[in-house]
This record gives sequence, C-alpha cells and structure tokens, in this order.
Amino acid sequence: MPRLLELWIDSLPRMLAALVEVTIPLSLLSFAIALAIAVVMALLRLYAPAPLKLLAWAYVQVFRGTPLVVQLFIVFFGLPTIGIDLGAFTAAVVTLALNSGAYSSEAVRASILSIPRGQFEAAQTLNLSRATTFRKVVAPQAMRIAIPPLANDFIDLVKGTSLVFAITLIDVFQVGRQVAATTFEPLIMYTLVALIYLVMVSALSVLQNLLEKKVSSHVRSS
Amino acid sequence: MSAAADRPRTDGRGPLRLSGIRKTFGDLVALDDISLEVERGRTTVLLGPSGSGKSTLLRCINLLEQPDAGRIDLGEGPIDVGGRLSQRTLRTVRSRSTMVFQQFNLFPHLTALGNVTLAPVESRGLRRAEAERFGRETLAKVGLADKVDAHPERLSGGQQQRVAIARALAMEPDFLLFDEPTSALDPELAAEVVAVLADLAAEDRTMVVVTHSLAFARQVADRVVFLEEGRILQDGSPAEFFESQDARLRRFRDVIGSV
Repeated sequence: MPRLLELWIDSLPRMLAALVEVTIPLSLLSFAIALAIAVVMALLRLYAPAPLKLLAWAYVQVFRGTPLVVQLFIVFFGLPTIGIDLGAFTAAVVTLALNSGAYSSEAVRASILSIPRGQFEAAQTLNLSRATTFRKVVAPQAMRIAIPPLANDFIDLVKGTSLVFAITLIDVFQVGRQVAATTFEPLIMYTLVALIYLVMVSALSVLQNLLEKKVSSHVRSS
Repeated sequence: MSAAADRPRTDGRGPLRLSGIRKTFGDLVALDDISLEVERGRTTVLLGPSGSGKSTLLRCINLLEQPDAGRIDLGEGPIDVGGRLSQRTLRTVRSRSTMVFQQFNLFPHLTALGNVTLAPVESRGLRRAEAERFGRETLAKVGLADKVDAHPERLSGGQQQRVAIARALAMEPDFLLFDEPTSALDPELAAEVVAVLADLAAEDRTMVVVTHSLAFARQVADRVVFLEEGRILQDGSPAEFFESQDARLRRFRDVIGSV
C-alpha cells in the first residue's frame, strides 16, 4: 500500500502536466472542430443536392468504417511520404476531429430529423426564411436532443486520445507507460492512468447534466 | 385597442379568389378543379367528411400544400400556383394569410411572448420593442395577458391554441386560416377557443375555418362551403346548409351531429 501511494504521488505531477499539455487541449480542440464538421455534414446529408449528399455520406462511411489508430498512422506516418507533414499534434487534432465528426454528424442529423413536421409548417406559415427557421426554431430544439449522444462522442474522443502515444505524443497514457517501464509496476501505474481518465469522464458527465438542465429548463421535469 | 385592431377589415381590397385548384396525391384526386371566392370581413367555414379535401384546400391557400394547378388571387391579381414555386411567390402568398394548426405547433423552446414575437421580428422586420408591445396586446386579446412568460409545456391545450391564434394575429394577415382548431381539445377547452374565434368574427376579421363542429358553423359562420370528394357540393349561408334536403348533406349532418 505505501509503495502504491508513493509511486502515485511521485508520478502524479508528470501525469498532470501531460494531461494539461496534451490530453486536454487535444480533446477540446478536436471536439470543437468535430462539432463544426458534424453540423456541416449533417446539413449536407439532409438538404444538399445529390453529389454533396453523397460526398457527406462517403465521409461518414470512411471515418466510421476504419480504425482510429490506422487513421492516425496514415496521417502521421503516411502523408509525409507524399509531402504532407503536419507534425504529431496537428496530425492528432486533424484525425481525431475527422473521426469524431463522422460519428457526431449522425447524432446531429438524427436530432434534426426528430423535430416534428409541424414545427417546419409553423415556420413556413409565419414566413420565416430557411436560415431563420434553422437558427431560431430547429437548432435550439435539436441541440437539446443531440446533447446526450454528442456527450457520448466527446467521451469516446477523450479516451481515444490515449492512442496518440503511437504517433510520438507524450500524453497521460504515454507518461504512465514510461513510469511503468522504469519502475516495473505496470499494475499500479496503469490503474492510476485509468483513474485519471475516469475522473475526467465523470467530470464531463456532470457537465453534461448541467447542460441538459440548462437547455431543458422549459420542459417539465419528468 | 391597438391601431391595428381598429383597422378596417375590408378597406376596399378584393376578395380571395381561388380558381381551378387541383391537387392529387398519387391516384387520389384530393381537389378537383376547385374555384372559391372568400369575401373579406367574413367567416367562411369549410365542412365535409374526412377525405373530402377541406384541409387540403385550406393548406393550398397558404401553399403548405402545393397545388398541381390553379391560381390564387389575394386581391392584387392572380398568381399561378401550379408547378414549381419560387421563394418569392411563397413569401408573397404567405404574407397575406397565416395558418392556425390542429396541433397548435407552438415553438416549445420559446415563451408565449417569444412565440408571438419571433416572426414579426424575423420576417416582418418589426423592432423588438414594438413586436413585444404588439405581442402582449395580441396575447391579451386572446385572454392570456398573464401567461406571456409561460412556455407551451406549462399551458393547457386551450391556452396553447390561443397562443397560436395570437401568433397568427401578430402577423396581421388579411386572411386567418384555421385547420380544425378545436379537434385536439376537450369540449371544455374547445369552448374557450371557440369564444376567441367568435370574438374575431365579431370584429369582421376574414377567417376560413375547417371544422367538424356543426355548432361552430351554426354560431360563427357567415357562410358554409360543403365539400365531398374534392368538389364543392354546396356553398351558401349556414341556414341554407342546415336546411338543405340534399341526401348527402343530411347524412353528413346526422353522422356529425350525433357525435
């Protein structure tokens, strides 16, 4: 027991540094971009002319249909061979955003599809433009519906950042690997790594609850 | 009373004229060359069995349903509404008429006042303060002055439908369209909505109302148009409708009246 605590306390500063320098910024930046991609792709799939619709569909298929770690390898190790060298952090952001965006676009699309037809008809009879209908009628309602699945996608993304050790980034998991290798205490170190992710994801769940409450304030609690 | 509410309802403009309106759904002919003139300042009730085309006809006036052929004249010359319609045509037609729906279709994320002010600000270009003043007025008019800040979830069905009516009034349309406005309501709640409609009729607003309620037709209508299988079977005063000896009208009155 003292050995465990001693190791945890010794390694915690390095882990937290990796958390603040790599894991958290990587997660936030990737998800912000993923959200933008998700909204654009969902709108293309719902309302764009056929060729663009097909393009958006193909994007979702490709990024949902291949493993994240393989995508990371293609972007970080593969693209430089044809002259596109993004560097490890940018490669990670781009790949995570595209991967997560593919999943999230489905959540956004489903949330828009779940808005009753009557809402669109009311907007029509009130002579709202399509842009206004989206901004003022559809988006606020869709957002409420999309929060739980989007929170899921974000949590997946946070955990998915642990794969970036494979493209040379020193994130929480990589620090844990290094300490485990030098101390020969893999059980203790990887348990600590797992706990750090668990605490982060639990905090996100609390945030999700707060957000759901905030956007559902007009709905009777059920 | 606002200046808007005092505005004369007829002010010399022509009636709403529909001509040659045809609408099919696959093989089904929903509207078969309908022509109809709706005078300003009066309440016209569309009656008919389910599937007679009355709701479809009403929705065609607002172009929520796209006719296969026909023309609409909103008092400023006929507009061809068969074939593909431009956004401009849709906007022009819809700026003259506003629909109140059976299921209310209020915006659930907005308060009563938010529902009533959204379109005046966004599509009519009113300033927010002005829209809110007018919105409060229209909500007061339907008896909901104390509910301006309530979200639809907190309102009864009858109150929700009255908000929907206020929302339509806030557009100041020439023609108010009602698609079975009381069908989703319990009799008690339907009565409060009917009372609002009767008030509007007394102000000589121009209303076209699709309903199943013979009582409403008897109390409020200036004119009853009876449809069957996509055609107008009879068009006249309520008295004429209720006294008609036509077998189809009698059967309809018996069936609906006994509900």
